[in-house]
Amino acid sequence: MQDGPLCPSCEHPMSDLIHRPTLPLGQRPKVLEMSRVGKVFNGNVTALRDMELTVNEGDFISLLGPSGCGKSTALRLIAGLSNPTSGRILWDGGQGRGDLGVVFQEPTLMPWATVAQNVYLPFRLRGRSYPEVRSEVEEALSLVGLSAFLDAYPRELSGGMKMRVSIARALVTNPRLILMDEPFAALDEITRHKLNTDLLALKSNIGCTVIFVTHSVFESVFLSDRIVVMAARPGRVIEELAVTAPYPRSEAFRTSADYAAHCQIASRALHLAMGEPA
Amino acid sequence: MTALPPLTAAEARVDAEEARRARALRVDKVARWVLPVLVFLILIGLWDRIVVWNRIPHYILPGPGLVVETLIKDWAILFSALLVTLQITLMALAVAVIGGVGLAILFNQSRFAEMSFYPYAVILQVTPVVSIAPLIFIYVENRTAGLLLCAWIVAFFPILANTTLGLNSTDHNLRDLFRIYGASRWQRLRYLQLPSALPYFLGGLRIAGGLSLIGAIVAEYVAGTAGIGSGLAFRILEAGYRLNIPRMFAALLLIAVCGVVIFAGLSFLSHMLLRKWHDSAIRRES
Repeated sequence: MQDGPLCPSCEHPMSDLIHRPTLPLGQRPKVLEMSRVGKVFNGNVTALRDMELTVNEGDFISLLGPSGCGKSTALRLIAGLSNPTSGRILWDGGQGRGDLGVVFQEPTLMPWATVAQNVYLPFRLRGRSYPEVRSEVEEALSLVGLSAFLDAYPRELSGGMKMRVSIARALVTNPRLILMDEPFAALDEITRHKLNTDLLALKSNIGCTVIFVTHSVFESVFLSDRIVVMAARPGRVIEELAVTAPYPRSEAFRTSADYAAHCQIASRALHLAMGEPA
Repeated sequence: MTALPPLTAAEARVDAEEARRARALRVDKVARWVLPVLVFLILIGLWDRIVVWNRIPHYILPGPGLVVETLIKDWAILFSALLVTLQITLMALAVAVIGGVGLAILFNQSRFAEMSFYPYAVILQVTPVVSIAPLIFIYVENRTAGLLLCAWIVAFFPILANTTLGLNSTDHNLRDLFRIYGASRWQRLRYLQLPSALPYFLGGLRIAGGLSLIGAIVAEYVAGTAGIGSGLAFRILEAGYRLNIPRMFAALLLIAVCGVVIFAGLSFLSHMLLRKWHDSAIRRES
């Protein structure tokens, strides 16, 4: 089965999913702030130490680092799935229900429910009836190019399409922040490239704020405007890089000198983080 | 000019291979039905011949013809007995479903309830029902209630064990997702755990269906010796005392058919409920 475009028409007027204009770096309103956040497991394993991060509206932040650097731990802390042992995470204006969308490494769909029912889940858990939110569900699925698959079951879809459903579910509540934990790591190279391009189109389309965990330098440079490089043992932030190339970025960006330069900088930072000579 | 010979030879080989596989598939499909029927017919024929050739008297081993004859002749008695046994069986199965699923949910929701009662559920399960049944009929006045209790003791455990396993087998990422979206305990149970447990529950149900029939029959044997009863098991006992061996066979036949029908019915139910999404109900091309 052929995967459709993640964003079929970027001129498509938004009815329910509000388009948030993305301001230049430095002028964006704050979404949340992590200050001196640390996580220690079993009293002696430091998974994360003194992490400082300010997330602004419209940011596309990649957490880049080797395994064990605490990037997934940071994501779980932000998601509220575990509590920091030190420091705090503050949402600007407090966190409301539906402020957060999450995409895991696996599509994490309910196999007994159709695509539409899966995307409806966040609303169902807030007690909204399906007719009330039908337009939001259908809109989210059209944004990921799956309008024709509302009534399909997950097992009928390819790996890439399942991931798109997962993304639609994260988008559907129009969240202030979307967390993505290596969402495309299990996919083949071709599907991953396609989803990267489509994710960027989607980002320009609805102006969402994303924190994206990855261990791929190329993925982080292509997608994000901020790269947070992390190191392991103990997990910590080493440095933050800005990718200044403007959005929307097309497939042509992948072959530009700008892209190559940024990849080189990010690679060097990652090598430093891993304690190897650059 | 002719076509290139090696290529056509290879193609022919592939085609032959393909045809052989298709033929094997067709043969498989037919054999699945024909072979058991054939074995059945051979065994019946053999049985009949052994009885005739050895002139075995019907009060020792009746021929298959006589069994069928008895089944038709005694149909009124046997059918009403069948209805009684079937009623107990289905009621026991229903109570086992309610009890098994209810306990599984209770154990899943409250760890203390599980710690307190699970060992006793196991003890109830591992104690042979034949040894408990006489006691039950001493203390339980109502005969139907006693039969039901015996059958339930045998049937509820596979449902409890399987449903418990299912409720605990939810995808951990989905659990996290439900937490992130602020799902209540009830919502998590209703929208995540119960659907996850459905295939496990249905597996338990299929086992429980056969067990509730066994439970009902065993209970009838025990109750029957106490001088009451009109179920199939009682008819078997009664016929045994009177050396009415053909009727024993006829009743046995009915019980076996009953068990097969229950199993087939529950398998069909399971297939209908899971066919859209669960791997067990989805046929794949090999």
